[in-house]
Amino acid sequence: MRAKAKLYPKEAARLLREKPGVREAVTGATLHFERNRLKAYAEVPIEEWRERAKAVKDHVLTHLDHYLELAERRLRENGVQVHWAETPEDAHRVLREVVHRRGVKRAVKAKSMLTEELGVNPLLESLGVEVYETDLGEYLIQLLGEPPSHIVGPAIHLSLGEIQKLFHARFGTPLDASPEALAQVARRVLREAFLSAELGLSGANFLVAETGTLALMENEGNIRLSTSLPKVHVAFVGIEKLLPRFADLALFLPLTARAATGQRLATFVSLIQGPAREGEEGPEEVHVVLVDHGRTALLHDLEAWETLRCLRCGACLNACPVYRQTGGHPYGYVYSGPIGAVLDPGLLGLEEAYPLPYASTLCGACYEACPVKIPIPRLLLTWRHRAAEEGLTPSWEHGAMRAFRKVMESPALYRLFSKGLRGLPLPQDLLPLLRAWTEGRGPLRPSPKPFHELWKEVADGR
Amino acid sequence: MRVALFITCLADQFYAEAGVAAVRLLRALGVEVDFPEGQTCCGQPAFNAGYWDEARPLAKRTLEVFEEAEYVVLPSGSCASMVKNHYPELLPGNREALAMAEKTYELSQFLVRVLGVEKLGEGLKGRKVAYHHGCHALRELGVREEPLLLLQNAGAEVLPWEAWEECCGFGGLFSVKLPEVSLAMADRKLATLPEAEVLTSTDAGCLLHLSGRMGKKGLGLRVAPLATLLWEAYAG
Repeated sequence: MRAKAKLYPKEAARLLREKPGVREAVTGATLHFERNRLKAYAEVPIEEWRERAKAVKDHVLTHLDHYLELAERRLRENGVQVHWAETPEDAHRVLREVVHRRGVKRAVKAKSMLTEELGVNPLLESLGVEVYETDLGEYLIQLLGEPPSHIVGPAIHLSLGEIQKLFHARFGTPLDASPEALAQVARRVLREAFLSAELGLSGANFLVAETGTLALMENEGNIRLSTSLPKVHVAFVGIEKLLPRFADLALFLPLTARAATGQRLATFVSLIQGPAREGEEGPEEVHVVLVDHGRTALLHDLEAWETLRCLRCGACLNACPVYRQTGGHPYGYVYSGPIGAVLDPGLLGLEEAYPLPYASTLCGACYEACPVKIPIPRLLLTWRHRAAEEGLTPSWEHGAMRAFRKVMESPALYRLFSKGLRGLPLPQDLLPLLRAWTEGRGPLRPSPKPFHELWKEVADGR
Repeated sequence: MRVALFITCLADQFYAEAGVAAVRLLRALGVEVDFPEGQTCCGQPAFNAGYWDEARPLAKRTLEVFEEAEYVVLPSGSCASMVKNHYPELLPGNREALAMAEKTYELSQFLVRVLGVEKLGEGLKGRKVAYHHGCHALRELGVREEPLLLLQNAGAEVLPWEAWEECCGFGGLFSVKLPEVSLAMADRKLATLPEAEVLTSTDAGCLLHLSGRMGKKGLGLRVAPLATLLWEAYAG
């Protein structure tokens, strides 16, 4: 997916202006997820869980070469074909080979953010392969030609009315069809696709190094079908998704489910141990593509590597009052919300993702929600600091900050500024800031006298 | 006991009466109050915006200004957190920064945790109060119960408010860098506001933003910093 992160401020403003329904849909859905998460966290010693999960991820990330080698060995022992992809092009090569060799005409795909990152759908389409997204939300946005708006709920920004209209235009269902009726229609289309596809695609929630097990979580059953019905299954796995031991799943599966949707466990968990053996049903070929795409570089960034603990649960999006106003599209990349604001600069480079670290008030709700305790507010500050150091911030802003520093460094100047606020003209650098403020909030009304003058009146006692 | 009041630039300019209230309240509780005159701004706006080179000298001069203080008390959660949590990051290895972090408190936190005061008086009897949890007070300082305790013990009815722990959308430079999103956040917050007589919070920034937005939307509700209400709790 091509990043449009630079457009964030403009796109966020435009969306709020032109599509107020998005704000309503996203706020409603995220608050629902958020309430569920809080309930689900409260049932368990969540602080202990978070600490343990953080420790496991930190261990695996600091010994990643070891665990990647172990995972590769175990996967091969299980009969899985392992591929390494440093770039999207490397990943594309693997797919192209499979498509040509097996004469693939149709593919079913389980929801996966990494395949969005790699542009898998456009590639397959260019090879003449018909791709079906099989997660209902993902299928909806595929029909609309939109990218996902949320890491877990890709169609979170749509209202029922919009979906009814879409299905009416596409499948001729009545405009007031119930959600159940709509799901029935999608099910019929997708069932046909499952049965006829030669290729099944998925991501992975986790890859266990010790056993070479792929773990996938879902609620609809489509992942299970995508990975077991077609003769070939290709899974794309980011190298940060590794877990050391099989036993770690006992913590990570329930923790991720609680963080993502407030469930104790996902409705379906698939643990994939390679292709079907003799006498078993299932795929003849299983491929795992281990994808880097900027992750190694981020891992070596001493101030930002903790971002790679991310489980892609979306809890920080649900908790974020900034994300709730617009959903994910204005962020301009696969990963949106607070985690996107710190992950995207790491994966794309700060210059590409420049405005995203500013898409936050540093309120800290994301950190509170994060199941692996990624210090998102601290990371936002780090990226902002770098943006300022590298001169990516607008010149008026830097000018205003220099002026601000000059004033605040000198009590005498500060007192002069204080008088200025009550009548004298303000420094030019501060004017754009002032205008941006007053438009939505009216004029600034300082106290008749600043406290440092009142102090002289109260200083002597009483 | 002697307290140095760090009034913070926003309160100094926009909520000066909150400073007066803090002084009167602390004195009434038997605390001597200083106002080190060299103080200006803690540097938070520059720090949060990424301009650490602009923030650092301001942090250093704040450390100097308050070097002698026994306690530093601020009527602001976010500036208190800047001093407590971020000065040590901004000035790594700086002992004065660690020392100042140790002795710095947000006002209600100081009253309850250091002075052990849980009841100021009954001056807020029957008053319907909406309390906005400032994010940094709540999540960075852990100030959650203190303001509520002091308000309730003074007779105030702190109204249930669905969004009271949600960010109001101020966020310093955020409010002018992304004004549309900032205002949408304020609107969401205000849409769930209960029918109160007064809206209060630890932070001048949040109050400035919310009261400005309320004015724009024609919502006539008194907005008062927590320090002001705490003084009313005491003095009636």
